[in-house]
Amino acid sequence: MQQKYSQRLFYVTGAVPPRQGSYNAAIADQTANLAIRGLLLFLIGVFLALVLNLLQVQRNVTLFPPDGFASIFSSAWWVPPCCGTASAVIGLLYPCIDRLLGEPHKFKREWSSVMRCVAVFVGINHASAKVDFANNVQLSLTLAALSIGLWWTFDRSCSGLGLGFAIAFLATLTTQLLVYNGLFQYTSPDFLYVRSWLPCIFFAGVITMGSIGRQLAMYEYKVVQEKTHQD
Amino acid sequence: MTVREKLRQKISAGFYWHGLLCASYPVPIILFTAVCILTCCYPLLKLPLPGTGPVEFTTGVRDYMVPPQEPSGDPGERPDWYRGPPVAYIQQVLVKAAVSPWDNRLVPVDAFRSPLGRVFSLLDEIRNHVHSDSSGVRSLEALCLQVTDLLPGLRRMQALLPEHGCLLVSPGNYWQNQRELFDSDPDLLRTVQQYEPKGLHTSATLKDLLFGVHGKQTGVSLNSRNRVVTYTITMALRHYDVRFLGSLRSRLKQLHPSANCSLREEHMVHVHFKEEIGVAELIPLVTTYIILFAYIYFSTRKIDMVKSKWGLALAAVVTVLSSLLMSVGLCTLFGLTPTLNGGEIFPYLVVVIGLENVLVLTKSVVSTPVDLEVKLRIAQGLSNESWSIMKNMATELCIILIGYFTLVPAIQEFCLFAVVGLVSDFFLQMLFFTTVLSIDIRRMELADLNRRLPAEAGMPPAKPGPLRPRETPPPPRPSPHTITLQTPAFRNLRLPKRLRVVYFLARTRLAQRIIMAGTVIWIGILLYTDPAGLRTYLAAQVSEQSPLGGAGLPHLAVAPVFPGGDPTGTLNVLPQADPTPALSENLSQGHAPPGISWGPEDEEGWRRLSYRHWPSFFSYYNITLAKRYISILPVIPVTFHVTPREALETRHPQDTRHAPPLQTDPSPNALPHGAPVQTDLTLYKVAALGLAAGVLLVLLLFCLYRLLCPRNYGQNGVQHGRRRRGDLPCDDYGYSPPVSEISPLLLRGHNMDIECLASDGMLLASCCLAGQIRVWDAQTGDCLTVIPNHGLRRCSSSGGWEHRDGWDAGAVTDLETLGGAEGQDAGGAGYPVRRRAAPSRPTLFGDQPDLTALIDTSFGQQPPSQAPSASSGFDFGGLVERAYLEHEPSVSPVFSAPPPQPVQRRRSLGDQPMAPTDWDSAVWALELRGNLIAAGRSSGKLEVCLWDAVEGSLRCSNEDGVSGITALAFLNNRIVAARLNGSLDFFTVDINKPLGLLQYRGGPGRGSMPPSPCYSSDDVISCQLTRSVQCAHQKPITVLRAAAGRVVTGSQDHTVRVYRLEDSCCLFTLQGHSGGITAIYIDQTMVLASGGQDGAICLWDVLTGSRVSHVYGHRGDVTSLVCTTSCVISSGLDDLICIWDRSTGIKLYSIQQVLGCGASFGVISDSLLVTGGQGCVSFWDLNFGDLLQTVYLGASSEGQGVRQLVVLDNAAIVCDFGSELSLVYVPSVLEKLD
Repeated sequence: MQQKYSQRLFYVTGAVPPRQGSYNAAIADQTANLAIRGLLLFLIGVFLALVLNLLQVQRNVTLFPPDGFASIFSSAWWVPPCCGTASAVIGLLYPCIDRLLGEPHKFKREWSSVMRCVAVFVGINHASAKVDFANNVQLSLTLAALSIGLWWTFDRSCSGLGLGFAIAFLATLTTQLLVYNGLFQYTSPDFLYVRSWLPCIFFAGVITMGSIGRQLAMYEYKVVQEKTHQD
Repeated sequence: MTVREKLRQKISAGFYWHGLLCASYPVPIILFTAVCILTCCYPLLKLPLPGTGPVEFTTGVRDYMVPPQEPSGDPGERPDWYRGPPVAYIQQVLVKAAVSPWDNRLVPVDAFRSPLGRVFSLLDEIRNHVHSDSSGVRSLEALCLQVTDLLPGLRRMQALLPEHGCLLVSPGNYWQNQRELFDSDPDLLRTVQQYEPKGLHTSATLKDLLFGVHGKQTGVSLNSRNRVVTYTITMALRHYDVRFLGSLRSRLKQLHPSANCSLREEHMVHVHFKEEIGVAELIPLVTTYIILFAYIYFSTRKIDMVKSKWGLALAAVVTVLSSLLMSVGLCTLFGLTPTLNGGEIFPYLVVVIGLENVLVLTKSVVSTPVDLEVKLRIAQGLSNESWSIMKNMATELCIILIGYFTLVPAIQEFCLFAVVGLVSDFFLQMLFFTTVLSIDIRRMELADLNRRLPAEAGMPPAKPGPLRPRETPPPPRPSPHTITLQTPAFRNLRLPKRLRVVYFLARTRLAQRIIMAGTVIWIGILLYTDPAGLRTYLAAQVSEQSPLGGAGLPHLAVAPVFPGGDPTGTLNVLPQADPTPALSENLSQGHAPPGISWGPEDEEGWRRLSYRHWPSFFSYYNITLAKRYISILPVIPVTFHVTPREALETRHPQDTRHAPPLQTDPSPNALPHGAPVQTDLTLYKVAALGLAAGVLLVLLLFCLYRLLCPRNYGQNGVQHGRRRRGDLPCDDYGYSPPVSEISPLLLRGHNMDIECLASDGMLLASCCLAGQIRVWDAQTGDCLTVIPNHGLRRCSSSGGWEHRDGWDAGAVTDLETLGGAEGQDAGGAGYPVRRRAAPSRPTLFGDQPDLTALIDTSFGQQPPSQAPSASSGFDFGGLVERAYLEHEPSVSPVFSAPPPQPVQRRRSLGDQPMAPTDWDSAVWALELRGNLIAAGRSSGKLEVCLWDAVEGSLRCSNEDGVSGITALAFLNNRIVAARLNGSLDFFTVDINKPLGLLQYRGGPGRGSMPPSPCYSSDDVISCQLTRSVQCAHQKPITVLRAAAGRVVTGSQDHTVRVYRLEDSCCLFTLQGHSGGITAIYIDQTMVLASGGQDGAICLWDVLTGSRVSHVYGHRGDVTSLVCTTSCVISSGLDDLICIWDRSTGIKLYSIQQVLGCGASFGVISDSLLVTGGQGCVSFWDLNFGDLLQTVYLGASSEGQGVRQLVVLDNAAIVCDFGSELSLVYVPSVLEKLD
């Protein structure tokens, strides 16, 4: 059955029927690809978490921060790995859902657009950290508008929006629980123990990681296609 | 026409003209743009340079007032940071001390021990200095900056730096300001050095801090050359009290007079420090820049198919950067001072403005047809994308405007910059980038063109059918118009070496990668080695050397006057090398000791210090200087002369221990060569300036000339283009697609509309409504043969006659000598296979090719006497005729009905009322393989014609007359016929070598054997029904396709069936359509696609019979389907051609066709699509959906739509214009070069 399916797959992609060995190789390739993608996404997530945490730290940075790289790891040690794992999950989830829905994301699928998306995401964080807003409502509203703008500019898919909302909600809830249980703390919570702009940041992050994940998945797809052509 | 469309047309027209303008005057426009950029950037000169170096402002001491907190109305003079009191006033007491005269008994340590020792008395002097006047008594304690604890991290400095008191430092701090400790210190140098950090450290050290002068300057070392010790006592004052300081100054000067000291003391310098960037801030900054670089990299990577990728990428980056600069410049000009940190928001601005438009422009221009003139290409490319560019820009402006209403000052400022940046970016794109692009396109060469063409122009080579025994097929015509393509490797080989190197670089993007890696490494180094320090160092270097920062520095201005003075070296003393000035100076001063001199560089000795000196000094006490300033007062010079005896007295017992032999180095100071060099440099500068001015003048004159004497640019092209607007198939954007006219080979001859077309690459068979079949040479367009309907009718009538013959077979059995036919006849099962053709027609003139076209081949019954020359075939024809006459007397009226006709009668054949009996059987299907034409008729008759260059003879026919043949497939030696009643017949075509001539001779009704020159003289073509599937479908079969050993039928009954060709076995019945099947595609790779009346397209797996994908693409029937390796192309009754991704089933794009030309398209190669239009054909890039070119097929066919379009193997296209055909060779994309 599987073989038949693979044959069908290869016919669809316009290649000659592969031998059994190459089919196995393709499966192995797929797994390896998945692992590589996950690892990449994890690393990106960890890196972004560290950098953005630095940005947040600067909000109440001392005048003369301690030298060296101590400030990078100023937050709890488990935060970056968590972010990395979450981003890996999100980045793998997006193309998967696209595939399930049968409508691959085609809007602005190129690396430059992804880079732009990441830059805007960092910019949103930057704004939340650096810009002085009159009050928190203004901050939250601005960030929400920016996040929705990010989705409209770079994603524009309903699945992306839905997943973004869902994950942002879950993440905020988790953070809320963590803070409530005292595992995590903010310097100045403004809304029920958490910062009110947190969902916006989560949403923008989900969109960004989804974009990266989709782009990586597309790369894998291309590789597979090329391989079948070579076969 | 809605407002929107009007606007759209206006915009694209405007862009078109603008493109013409840009491409016509590239140089003046670029110059104009450059001037604009420079003008807009001019206000930037007033802004401080980016960087965190301190800024200075000098005021006079005499009339110094603490600047007011609010900025006064005189902005020109003082910088905007100069308001409010400074953090501190820095007063330095500069001490120079030397042991004089030097004694040989002295050891090197003596050179600084006792001079340093003097600091304690001086400190006491300063501390205890009290100034009393009418306003009260003031001491240092009252005025100085009181400091509290050191920062917690600085415990080890606690003993050295003052705490809880006046901030007053001196070298005495090493010994806690206690003379006893100093005297008992056995090793002064060690004490000083032990606090120095190890390794590379460029920021302020403790030694610098306490000594107050640069480390090398102090003279506290064993091998100091001139044995002058320099140090300062630095005090930070909270308040500025002129009288106290004045009295202190005069007191110190009086106590320790400095001879020959001519320091000017009327200036105080205010130093403003910028915000510092720590690691925590640097990392996000670096991250954003990395993202920015990646963005630029990935964006510019997409620039392709131009002459110089690098040039265009550079131009794109320059466009964005200078638009940002212009934005800042304009904002500054209109009085808005930037408060945001430029370095931080810069990446975001770039990302917001983006490189997209530039790339879109490039792609659009590049994808215009290359055979046009450059300016037309630019204009078309521009107007092509005008709407999307304007739309994007409007959207971005809207988004930014929304951001403006957040009412957050920082965001508002950002938005303002972004808006101005967007507008100026648009301006630059339109003027600068377009022009650069036009220059680049102009430079594009053939080599670049070759790279972009599809790899193969033609279809896969013709299948080697067994039915083509022709010995010498004509070689494919090497036409200059066909796209000649080799494999990429081949093409590369032909390139010159230089180009290959460039291509290699471009392909591997070596330079880009090196730059990226270099940047990353550089940033890494920056991070690793104390970022603040290195940047400090660099900034200090820059501020020292830049003319802007150094303009106010006196020591730079007078530097050439003291050529021997090493700015970083020790004091400006010239001991031996240049004795005369020193001597004379000494002589004139009289009592001045040798070695101590005061120069202008001593005025501001603090400049030599690291510029982080003061920030780190204050930072020890948690006082930041970021965004604040300090005022540095003029130094108080103090000179000590220590006698050798005094020095000896203060010597510590251990000092002599490590006294090295005093080396007397003559130290040949380099003679000052500065002056002549200076003049030389000036000369060069003047020369360069003159040259530049000359070049500028020439360019200006050139521009003027070009502007005053304009060429008549682009006029013809535009009119040419506009003329045809409206009747083009792709006029969506209101611009004229590229047009070119070629004269196709017109194949005329049919009197009525052409119904069927069939081709196998070499030959082309067409059949019109009148039933006339013409065979054309696909290479030359010559009409090779005409099989008129009359003849066929004649044949069919003879078939009918033979049919009757079949019924009374018993009577004629003796004559029907071929066994097969006999058996079938005898069976009489309504299925009499007739392998007979019009027997006499070809036999008469078979050996006379010139006459063939003139001969009405229906004259089978022509009396032999009319063709006396054709002797070889004549006898046989006569024989056959006689046989007919003998054995079928009943049919003779039919034969004799047409009177003997003149040879030229053929022209009017179609009009001629021929047979009285209505054998009106139109040809419904036509297939051509090798030399055989198979024609399926509405009467249900299958005819297989043997065709040769000299004959068109019916070789066999098969008739059951039950139901019309709706579709035919001819594969290898099998013919499959689908009938209206849903049955499917499989025929096998056999070519039998003759068993003996007699057999044929005896059977006049069997295949005709004219003495054909090539091959067929001996062959017998027989067509046997091997199998008939009676109920293949419930309803009429509409489509039939065969490939790869499969026969696929589609029917009105909504199903598709797959048969195996060999054994006619039905493999699958594919259900999935909700309407009748109208189109099927199957090819060698077993890709099966079907389209139905419901507008759906299904892709099937032929092996398993499962449906792979199912999309709805058309309103109405799907009329035609073609698959390539990557996509599926379909056309429908809605006159849309849709291109789908084959693997995902996503619609990539669609092409709107003109009415009636919906189904006319063909695929030339995997990336070249050709569609028919009103009197024209258009070529499209299949991968991108770009219109490459539109070709008009002559004036005569204008206005008529292309109904059918067949692509031949040799990349020729056959278009069906009603009653005539056009044979078009794919116009070479390289035509321009011819």
